[in-house]
Amino acid sequence: MAARKPVRWHIGVFLAPAVLVYTAIMIIPLFGTLNLSLYNLDGQNRIFVGLANFVTLFGDPRWSGAFWNALYNNFWFFLIHMIVQNPIGILLAALLSSPKLRMSAFYRTAIFIPTILSFVIVGFVWKLILSPIWGIAPGMLDAVGLKALFAPWLGKEEYALTTLALISVWQFVGIPMMLIYAALLSIPDDVIEAAEMDGLGGWAQFWKIKLPLILPSIGIISILTFVGNFNAFDLIYVAQGALAGPDFSTDILGTFLYRTFFGFQLQLGDPHMGAAIATAMFGIILVGVCLYLFGIQTRLRRYQF
Amino acid sequence: MTKTFRFALLASTLLGGAASAQDVTLTIESWRNDDLTIWQDTLIPAFEAQNPGIKVVFAPTAPAEYNAALNSKLAAGSAGDLITCRPFDASLELYNQGHLADLTNLASMANFSPVAKSAWQTDDGAATFCVPMASVIHGFIYNKDAFDALGLAVPTTNAEFYAALDAIKADGTYIPMAMGTNDQWEAATMGYNNIGPNYWKGEEGRLALIKGEQKLTDPAWVAPFEELARWKDYLGDGFEAQTYPDSQNLFTLGRAAIYPAGSWEIAGFNAQATFAMGAFPPPVAAAGDTCYISDHTDIAIGLNAKSPNAEAATKFLEWVGSAEFATMYANALPGFFSLNSTPVEMQDPLAQEFVSWRGKCQSTIRSTYQILSRGTPNLENETWNASANVIRGSETPADAAKRLQDGLASWYDPQK
Repeated sequence: MAARKPVRWHIGVFLAPAVLVYTAIMIIPLFGTLNLSLYNLDGQNRIFVGLANFVTLFGDPRWSGAFWNALYNNFWFFLIHMIVQNPIGILLAALLSSPKLRMSAFYRTAIFIPTILSFVIVGFVWKLILSPIWGIAPGMLDAVGLKALFAPWLGKEEYALTTLALISVWQFVGIPMMLIYAALLSIPDDVIEAAEMDGLGGWAQFWKIKLPLILPSIGIISILTFVGNFNAFDLIYVAQGALAGPDFSTDILGTFLYRTFFGFQLQLGDPHMGAAIATAMFGIILVGVCLYLFGIQTRLRRYQF
Repeated sequence: MTKTFRFALLASTLLGGAASAQDVTLTIESWRNDDLTIWQDTLIPAFEAQNPGIKVVFAPTAPAEYNAALNSKLAAGSAGDLITCRPFDASLELYNQGHLADLTNLASMANFSPVAKSAWQTDDGAATFCVPMASVIHGFIYNKDAFDALGLAVPTTNAEFYAALDAIKADGTYIPMAMGTNDQWEAATMGYNNIGPNYWKGEEGRLALIKGEQKLTDPAWVAPFEELARWKDYLGDGFEAQTYPDSQNLFTLGRAAIYPAGSWEIAGFNAQATFAMGAFPPPVAAAGDTCYISDHTDIAIGLNAKSPNAEAATKFLEWVGSAEFATMYANALPGFFSLNSTPVEMQDPLAQEFVSWRGKCQSTIRSTYQILSRGTPNLENETWNASANVIRGSETPADAAKRLQDGLASWYDPQK
């Protein structure tokens, strides 16, 4: 009889720190929030109400109106990131990885720097740039004779959210750029050489050889963008305040959650409804990530070199 | 091993505690971050000189975050000993939850009239939980130099008000009125609740609204929105994205002629503006009409019920209720008018102008603060949004009023 396999203690030992920290600061609070959403106050006592908070959130016209407005705005925010940030990130990465480009390290750093800035600085600086009173945007447009194009974008219902999304794109375009750049660098030279031997160059080479090889990275970027956008809060709060003006046109799930959970001005906080919104956000992100993992990730073709 | 370690930790905290036990440190929670230097340089040294052994720290939060931050701190038990109280329901709720101590028996409470205390009492008036500090008065501050240069008289009626605005606009040197809608609250506080009392007749309308005898869709409550809608043409370019500090700067830099104001601006404006300033109360419909002003009981200070330094904190509160504090505070912060029954001599001419309206106009408080902002949707917060929408022109006055009324009626029984 063969000797029993030794117990592999090291697995547990190496997993323990991450498991403990994650359990303490992520998993327990997450279940605490899910649990909180099933309770409400009856006078001064906390009582179990089942799904009543969710019935209010989706059934009451005011709550559901605010929720769907925030969700719609959030999708628009995400869409702008997907159609502006990620293509630009890929384009920048493709340019950077071109061996003919000079000073690519400088461009790489310069484009990545906004990512490490605080939201407060980004929000404040852009508010100043776009300010109709002190901003440099009206002056710059005036210098090229396009003053007529200027509008107080952050104060107009129809533009404010798109403007904020583009500010966020400006801040975070460095992340897809870096990830794609790394993916492009990892393509072996012999594959590229083989393509060149077969007469593929320039755009055709990018579309037929490089793009299929970086698709898994694009997938990861998309899901990171999705999770990041549906958890977003800071930029809107800094630029427009918790009421997400004008007229809630920049209200996303994060600001809606903040107003409800912590209260605002004379509105007192309601942790139970807040937890219900947080649970709904968790559900939306979970569904989105699952769709990606099972619908797209498993179908992506991977290449081994 | 761990036990020894824990004891060592515990012992060190005890020692640390013992070392500083001679001095009690009181922490004040406040939203008045603009007043930090006045507390540190004037008010706190005066108190500390009289009360050796008590140290006071003024620890303000940004105004927009104050309520949320304070509620979280109180719930977590990490809030300061002294709590600056918002008027009416926000503080009443804190008292009901047991976060604020009952101060009814404080000796200095005798220095305040029932009206002064009403903002920090239970509905039946049985318990008072904050020591009243000050009220703020709404009106308009104007650039005297600009008015003189254009030969304009100070408007008293609505017609004169718009005539002055038209004249300033036609001249083109100044932006007629400095206000933006980005931060929303100015539109409601310095717009709707500033001019409104003249239409709903101050306390008469406010109390009728609470009793359910009037509705927000009544002409008296829609009229202020109709006026706000007219303001749009007199605001600066791009006012939609103009923030509150932008408006303050536009006025103090001398680029705007009229500023819809609260008296709390006086200290800051005196420091910033290089021109002469004056003030006028909200204009009335016809000459000779009774004028109404918003004289809002705005700020008070209470005791955190869980404070370990209750004795020292009570001493501090007695001092806040004294005539000495009232004089010091009202002069250090012109524009925050003392609620103390002892008359306070004020040096600042602009502050004197504001307070003189108490003699000729009827005082009221902001219509949305008492009782009507207890539910969801919150009437005060909705009014911010509605006022900003009306000024921007994205909602008609009638629609805005109807939305507010529907929201109020959805939870407030007397309005159903």
